[in-house]
Amino acid sequence: MRNYIYILVMALTTYFIRVIPLTLLRKEIRNRTFRSFLTYVPYVTLAVMTFPAILSITGETWIAWVGFAAAMVLAYNRVSLFVVSLGCCALVLVLQLL
Amino acid sequence: MHREEYLRGMRDGIPVMLGYFVVSVTIGIAARGAHLTAAQATVMSLTNLTSAGQFASFAIIAAGAPYLELMLSQAVINLRYCLMSCALSQKVDREMPFFHRLIMAFGITDEIFGLAVGRKGKLDPWYMYGAMSVAIPGWTLGTLLGILSTGMLPPSILNAMNMALYGMFIAIFMPAARDHKILLPIIFVSMGASAVFQLLPVFDFISSGMKIIILTLVISLAAAVLFPIEEEAGDAGCGDAEAEIEAEAGGKGAARA
Repeated sequence: MRNYIYILVMALTTYFIRVIPLTLLRKEIRNRTFRSFLTYVPYVTLAVMTFPAILSITGETWIAWVGFAAAMVLAYNRVSLFVVSLGCCALVLVLQLL
Repeated sequence: MHREEYLRGMRDGIPVMLGYFVVSVTIGIAARGAHLTAAQATVMSLTNLTSAGQFASFAIIAAGAPYLELMLSQAVINLRYCLMSCALSQKVDREMPFFHRLIMAFGITDEIFGLAVGRKGKLDPWYMYGAMSVAIPGWTLGTLLGILSTGMLPPSILNAMNMALYGMFIAIFMPAARDHKILLPIIFVSMGASAVFQLLPVFDFISSGMKIIILTLVISLAAAVLFPIEEEAGDAGCGDAEAEIEAEAGGKGAARA
């Protein structure tokens, strides 16, 4: 039951984040620092979530490092999301089986 | 007219559905770690539709953390949807009935937003509904399959599936670093700070969810103060955010096509 409350809390929070600007925003956000802050947040939060957690995906850290480096280079070179994701998944799988 | 847009949205949504299906299998596998049941994990995916948010929630739920911590983490991690919502608010017809905004908001994800901003001219909500009607089932069913399959898959495959999820995160934040040189150092500083928070035992009293919140707020604020993004002239609401996300989505779209 508690898990369903957690799920409800999450769903409502995430929906509010998505719905508020779309329904309330009639004027543009003028404050430069605030706009910059909003722009930087997604990149920082995903970077923080990815590293160093990505290093513990396998028992062998070097495999995780290889997968991480491959994903960073491919993504920087604008390889599509699904190719980066699946390509690195396949790479890590193969390295583990060697 | 609306029917055409709806069908077009469905068609464009198919690659998104396939990608979601694969990634959500990993979400389903990770959900097992938070001791969620298959039904709970499936309901979560159907009602939340957020890879990073759901993934972060598992540690928070497993720890039995306070609801407020879960709320804060979701608000911070999903703040990018807030930006996309800003951008969409400029893209829809002002005369459009209000309830459309309520439904469209539910479908704001990196990929669906990417498709929506890629449409020329004003956005017909039915285009988004078309994309949502294929992408959301993909996300939900993948999660169900993932959590049901955990007992059956060998560890090497489970590990590799985890890599797929992180690969997706990286593919969301890295492409923009190519256009905006300042992002690359910010990303590396974020990773370095995160490693320090994770590895030094002094910070053990902070839960993993709170670490994400604190690091994101502090680093983003510092970056905003030190390297404010110049406003482009004549830009309507959330202009640079929109341009940036659009560039990113364009990169994905091009590779996908």
